[in-house]
Amino acid sequence: MPQYFLSVHHDEAGQAEMEAMTEDDMQRMFGQVGAFNDRLMAEGAWVFAGGLMPIEQSTCVDATGEKPVVTDGPFAESKEYLGGFWIIEAADLDAALAWASAGSAACEGKVEVRPFQSE
Amino acid sequence: MTSSIERIFREEHGRVVASLARRFGDLDVAEDAASEALLVALERWPVDGVPPNPGAWLTTTAGNKAIDRIRRERQRDAKHQAALMISDDTPHEPTGMVEDDRLRLLFACCHPALALEARVALTLRLLGGLTVAEIAAAFLVPETTMAQRITRAKAKIKGAHIPFRVPAAADLAERLAGVLAVVYLVFNEGYLSSAEDASPVREELTDEAIRLGRVLRTLLPDEPEVAGLLALMLLTDARRRARVAGGELVPLPEQDRGSWDRELIAEGHALVRACLTRNRPGQYQLLAAVNAVHTDAATVADTDWSQIAALYAHLEAIAPSPFVTLNRAVAVAELDGPEVALALVDPLPLTSYHAFHATRADLLRRLGRSAESRDAYDAALAATANSAERAYLTRRRDQLGG
Repeated sequence: MPQYFLSVHHDEAGQAEMEAMTEDDMQRMFGQVGAFNDRLMAEGAWVFAGGLMPIEQSTCVDATGEKPVVTDGPFAESKEYLGGFWIIEAADLDAALAWASAGSAACEGKVEVRPFQSE
Repeated sequence: MTSSIERIFREEHGRVVASLARRFGDLDVAEDAASEALLVALERWPVDGVPPNPGAWLTTTAGNKAIDRIRRERQRDAKHQAALMISDDTPHEPTGMVEDDRLRLLFACCHPALALEARVALTLRLLGGLTVAEIAAAFLVPETTMAQRITRAKAKIKGAHIPFRVPAAADLAERLAGVLAVVYLVFNEGYLSSAEDASPVREELTDEAIRLGRVLRTLLPDEPEVAGLLALMLLTDARRRARVAGGELVPLPEQDRGSWDRELIAEGHALVRACLTRNRPGQYQLLAAVNAVHTDAATVADTDWSQIAALYAHLEAIAPSPFVTLNRAVAVAELDGPEVALALVDPLPLTSYHAFHATRADLLRRLGRSAESRDAYDAALAATANSAERAYLTRRRDQLGG
């Protein structure tokens, strides 16, 4: 069965919005995402999912040279960073898009759907 | 002979590719096999004669070519996925199933996950059987650009697993609207080409859109919007001969109604009547009804403007858009005068749309406000590259009194 990467991207405005969220708003959103995750598992579509710590906590490693080089910060300066993701199994793109639209409503953010390479 | 074989091939292309795409699950295999079958037909038909069912012949021949190719690839690479398809050797069915295949292919080509321009290109290539060079010429982009656009779209269909499926009833109306929009876009680009160097009317595009409209009508006879779109295209196309004279666009009120195509009008009117009995109005049906009112009038003076204004008001209610309001204003001008119409037009957010300025120019002219009318004609000219429309607007502007 095809697998899809459902990613949620945060830009600076979105990050500020998140930080300004009240405790109640936060709990409501976590509740929505939790219920969505439960549905993914119940229907056998769940592979993996996770939310990521802020981009400032990123570290890059480059071992293409002689010695691995470790640097603080993201791979590339960008206005948008990956905030969280789901990996799901779905019969086809229509099924994946239906999951993505439920996921987008649950996490209150835009969701990008990208197919994995199949072997 | 060669040209008649090519015509048959183009007509059957959608059917052949759709059937092979279902059987082999791969658009490239389907398309390549269809092209190989054409080569065989070009060699054999002039000698043996055209077979009684050329579509079935092409599908069978293309199917054999596809199997040959998959066998060759399997020998080269035992793990090749496509080789698995060979065990799914479903027998060829020339009717019924094949019609459904074309519809499935059409919904895949017009999938909302593809960019609009890619949907148009894929539909013309796979269902319309136009060559990449023809599509590139129709949209005035380099052939390599168009080839890339089509290749990318096909790769996305394959890689993202866009299904070859007629959507479930719950999604059908919305997805069908996307398909109809692609067909109507092809028609409109043909009917009033936006391109500077192209001829004002591109029959290869209007004809192809109507052909696709007829195919859809056969496949989805119970969808009134499908009938509505076909009626709209037929009633618009019926006026094609009267639309350009001496390189200049002739607006509807000034057209020679004797040269309208009566046969297309009769067909369009019958479709509009059939839609009315279903009582499930939609935007294409309402636009078709507007055109039915126009083509019903023996002279401009006989036009039932109140009916047209009412139809546009209905359309505004179900699909509000400034373009619809602009059209309603044209009818209002005939009923309540240019001043009332101008008040409707002026606030519309359409300043980059040529027809907005052309409509304003005409209303201002009728109100005797020549200087403003001239400015509006200039704005309309700046917003269109269509040579026939430019010729018309220029003459009207230059006829304005001081």
